[in-house]
Amino acid sequence: MSYLRLKAFSLPRTLGILENYLFILPAVAIFSIFYVYPFYEIFNLSLHDWNGISLTRQFIGLGNFKELAQDKIWWSSIWHAGYITFIALTFQNALAFALALACDQDIRMRKFYRIVFYIPPVLSEVVVGLIWQWILYSGMQDGQHIGLLNYFLNWVGMPHLVHNWLSDPKTALTCVAIVHSWKGFGWGFIILLAGLQTIDRQLYEAARVDGANSWTMFRHVTIPMMIPVLLVVVILTILGSMQVFVLVLSMVGQGLVYHTEVPVTRILASMTGTNQFGYACAQGIVFGLLLMVISFIQIKISKNTKQA
Amino acid sequence: MSILNISGYRVKSMAKSTLTHAFLILVALTCLFPLFWMIRSSLMSNETIFVNKSLFPSEFNFHNYFVAWTEGNFGVYCLNSLLYTASVVFGIILVSSLAAYAFSRLEFPGKNFFFFMFLAAMMIPLPGSFVPLYVLMNKIGLVNTRIGYILCMINVGLSLSIFLLKTFFDKMPPDLEDAARIDGCTKLGIWRHVALPLARPAIAVIVIFNSLNVWNEYILATLLLNDKGLMPLQRGLMVFQGSHSVDYPLLMAGLTIAAAPILLVYLVMQKHIIKGLSSGAIVG
Repeated sequence: MSYLRLKAFSLPRTLGILENYLFILPAVAIFSIFYVYPFYEIFNLSLHDWNGISLTRQFIGLGNFKELAQDKIWWSSIWHAGYITFIALTFQNALAFALALACDQDIRMRKFYRIVFYIPPVLSEVVVGLIWQWILYSGMQDGQHIGLLNYFLNWVGMPHLVHNWLSDPKTALTCVAIVHSWKGFGWGFIILLAGLQTIDRQLYEAARVDGANSWTMFRHVTIPMMIPVLLVVVILTILGSMQVFVLVLSMVGQGLVYHTEVPVTRILASMTGTNQFGYACAQGIVFGLLLMVISFIQIKISKNTKQA
Repeated sequence: MSILNISGYRVKSMAKSTLTHAFLILVALTCLFPLFWMIRSSLMSNETIFVNKSLFPSEFNFHNYFVAWTEGNFGVYCLNSLLYTASVVFGIILVSSLAAYAFSRLEFPGKNFFFFMFLAAMMIPLPGSFVPLYVLMNKIGLVNTRIGYILCMINVGLSLSIFLLKTFFDKMPPDLEDAARIDGCTKLGIWRHVALPLARPAIAVIVIFNSLNVWNEYILATLLLNDKGLMPLQRGLMVFQGSHSVDYPLLMAGLTIAAAPILLVYLVMQKHIIKGLSSGAIVG
């Protein structure tokens, strides 16, 4: 077939290739304008001092990056995102794994659980953040707590636990992290359950014949078989949690100066707040590189464990 | 002795399954309760919401929905969300299926280069990309326009959709396409009448996930759309929240309006959604 084509007339062949290009033209055009150009522009702008409005941009080399290195609020915002990620990695993933293990057995209502656990992940962060902001609300009226959680704590006789959850810098970030985990665990659950279900049941049978109890089976069959899936979940949890910011905006808003800042809210603040577009781009690049380094290390680790 | 052992085992396994169910039900309740509380709060008036903490409100007050829809501008937000979701998903299917078909079936120089370009975009995290994107949109005058937002969102969903569809086309036997070609069908005709109908399962996955994604999108809508008449729901909710004294029953009604369609679609399509997610996870 290709032999015949080679011998064929060259003009129709060239026209055919041009016609083939037309198929990818719309995709390449949209991609070039809305991805490739901004990709170039983010590097270009990061080397300039520009307020986003004036016609001239001042080239300042690596000035934005130097300033960023000393920006304490910026580094603390990465620390905050790291804290949220830590809670997501431990609490959210442990919960997801425990639920997946429970649903991997032959139990009733398995479908029901699967449907319900994936409800929080389909809701938007704005909706989730605002619902929880209302539940955690710390205002009072006529000596009564308005928010549900504080009202409940008072009602069950634990008024000492009543707290200004979202307006106290000490608890606000933890609240965001827990709500983030609430929104995310159903996703981890579905993926881990799918992974568990690919494990050959005969492996468990063989282990049982050899006299293994549930714990040794879990330790020596389930865990080794799940390592690839667990790594995918870990990488995606880190990438997702580090970039969280809509939850912060919808739960805390601008209320707590600098105590709940995460990198993306800092980028937004540089852009829309102080009009430092070049600085915002520099922040975006540094943060993007950080995320790439993290995923790179993860992939390295996963390759090493596969070889071992 | 053996009978005792068996019954002991049974008791143990029953206790275990009861505990498992208790754990699962508890977590399921934590998932559902906030939604219940949202709907419950949306049915109360501004006077009763602060004093009445009973689980079920004594009276159902649908007034908030009416106010949110008209005065709260949620009717407009909702229509905008529908319009954006429909046009973005349609655009993604059209553009990505054309490209994916070419990457899978047609020959042209630079094919691998272009395909890996789209793949790379999926791999490289670009957290601040909205900054240069906004600058660009401002430059070409697409800030505060529907078409600008739609094009940006098509681009967001493009790479993954091309990748999914190409994998699907690669697995598809080419017999039918060959038959159509022999019958004198053009390349575009084969794409339209043979490849697209056969790719329906993959297109369904792309439609579902992109619809959820566009409906829930917030940041680009915030940066690109300032006009209340152009805003989608997620953006509108934050306008609401940003005002000085939050009218919580009204806000909860707005949240319910924003969450209900997505929940409905999810409940109807949950089989496909969970299947798509699971298979994607194993591949990834």
